[in-house]
Amino acid sequence: MDDSLFFTDQHLQVREMVRDFARTEIAPIARQHDAEARFPWTTVKRMADLGMLGVPWPEELGGAGMDYLSYILTVHELARVDASHSITCSAHTTLGTSPIMDFGTEEQKRRFVPYLAAGKVLGGFGLTEPGAGSDAGGTATMAVDKGDHYVLNGSKIFITHAGVGEIFIVTARTTPGHGNKGITAFIVCKPTVDAEAAAAVGTGHAPDLPWTRGVSAGKKEDKMGWRASDTRELHFEDAVVPREQVLGEVGKGFVQFLKTLDSGRIGVAALCLGLAEGAYDEARKYASQRKQFGRYIAGFQGVSFALADMATEIEAGRLLTYHAAWLKQHGKPHKLEAAQAKLYCSELAMRTTIKAVQVHGGYGYTTDYPVERMMRDAKVGEIGEGTSEIQRLVIAREILGDVVEG
Amino acid sequence: MKIAVCIKRVPDTETRVKIAADGASLDESGVKFIMSPYDEYAVEEALQRRDKAGGGEVVAVALGPDAAQETLRAALAMGADRGVLLKAERIPADALAVAKALAAELKDGGYDLVLFGKMAVDDYHHAVGPMVAELLGLPCVTAVSKLELEGGKGVAEREIEGGVEVVEFALPAVLTAEKGLNTPRYPALKGIMAAKKKPLEVKPPALGEVRVVAAALALPPERKAGRILGEGPDVVPELVRLLRTEAKVL
Repeated sequence: MDDSLFFTDQHLQVREMVRDFARTEIAPIARQHDAEARFPWTTVKRMADLGMLGVPWPEELGGAGMDYLSYILTVHELARVDASHSITCSAHTTLGTSPIMDFGTEEQKRRFVPYLAAGKVLGGFGLTEPGAGSDAGGTATMAVDKGDHYVLNGSKIFITHAGVGEIFIVTARTTPGHGNKGITAFIVCKPTVDAEAAAAVGTGHAPDLPWTRGVSAGKKEDKMGWRASDTRELHFEDAVVPREQVLGEVGKGFVQFLKTLDSGRIGVAALCLGLAEGAYDEARKYASQRKQFGRYIAGFQGVSFALADMATEIEAGRLLTYHAAWLKQHGKPHKLEAAQAKLYCSELAMRTTIKAVQVHGGYGYTTDYPVERMMRDAKVGEIGEGTSEIQRLVIAREILGDVVEG
Repeated sequence: MKIAVCIKRVPDTETRVKIAADGASLDESGVKFIMSPYDEYAVEEALQRRDKAGGGEVVAVALGPDAAQETLRAALAMGADRGVLLKAERIPADALAVAKALAAELKDGGYDLVLFGKMAVDDYHHAVGPMVAELLGLPCVTAVSKLELEGGKGVAEREIEGGVEVVEFALPAVLTAEKGLNTPRYPALKGIMAAKKKPLEVKPPALGEVRVVAAALALPPERKAGRILGEGPDVVPELVRLLRTEAKVL
């Protein structure tokens, strides 16, 4: 893909900086954090200082004041080296911050976004529950209207940053029953569980946030991949949320998160694209250095054709992802293209990382090379923020309309 | 404090070098260009000195083709205040010709400090900085690895063979930066945004007469494959003999 198709000189400067940062600062520590499932506070603090945790938000709200493509480039370049750092940026920005920017009142933006956009604290999004994933109609967390406040009870699972983060957008049912109506989004705050680490690096905790009593982080998930990213349960036990912290309008939670997820898919597509590229880079490098039977293994058709397929599919993934991002940046409809990019790139990441391990042979199965980590990191791309099956459902509905609605 | 920092656009150090059809220059197709890494130390030092002094100006100066504006923008994104491109289709191989153009630009600038990288990683001249110092009649300290400035005077450390040399000098001065002088910053996204709005002046260079030209470029001979003589103490005498007579390193 020619750079001039989507990028300005400034985009290229952003890409260069993030690429340089990822290779120099993240690559050497990625394996260790993966092994220990430890949140990378030190590099996250540096990412905050460089503006990577608020790329598309206005400078007056603490962001970098850049555009959506710059943000997608950031997610993409981070993932070429480490998916955990990339999802930290993506979940914080798209899931943790964009709902407030898109649906919040001016007061809510002023109150919460500066902490998030400057990376002073991490944000997250609480939608999924044990009985409600893609079928958000199953949301069982209840919010009872008490006049000037709501009282929330229930539990969320698989919430990125539930432990390390402090500001969350969460959904709860304000009208009893089942179904998509009657779901409302709230802004809640709870202190980070890593107070010591946050204090040591100087980011991650803001003492002056309006803490929501009764909100707490639960069990940390022991995951196959994205291990340096923090994923936990988020519990509400008679949590008192002031009415001012209803995000936008009561009852609009379902519509809001559908929109948030539409855009979120472009971020996940960029992450998966980065993973695929990172694995391809490793495979190409290894195949050009490893000799068997007196020649470089890249010289064997079995390997060179695998690399040719990877390169071709990555090119397709780039065009899908950046086209979807371009549509969003220009305010055009992008539901179909975002789902297509996410579906294609997540499956691309899986195929490519598996092939990259194969190209490395026995070495690829060891932790001496990053491709085994990349292969583990790839799987969740087909699951998180809507499984591949859900993407196909979204795409089918977009292209067939009423026919599939039955 | 007013500081000039002279930077050069060079091919990325990971470039696989191909020689152009003229046999005397680099084939630039597909080559990525960067700021010469030693110049990054110079830029970082300039920014830190300006900020420590509580104000002043850092002016980034480059001589090179139009594309060197990117290199200057990178310095502006790191925090330099403005850029000057002395636009030349090609950077002459004659270091003195380049030094004259830079000296002419810097002469009346009222700079307290003029910084360079200790060398450009493409031509390895190590020459332009000291030549500019000579042309401006300023003291020059090369390959500075540690720097202290106070009250119009400076103390610099230079790593020399087997030790460290400490030198004192008066300001204004010309210094060239060694690796390790500092840790160059990444340009923050806000810096990249701000760089767009910073002034970047493009003007013709007052190049000196070019008396040195690159006549030819050649790639180094390919490294020959190594040889394994065997294992264990028995092969040591043979290894020593070959190191003496064939490799001639003993």
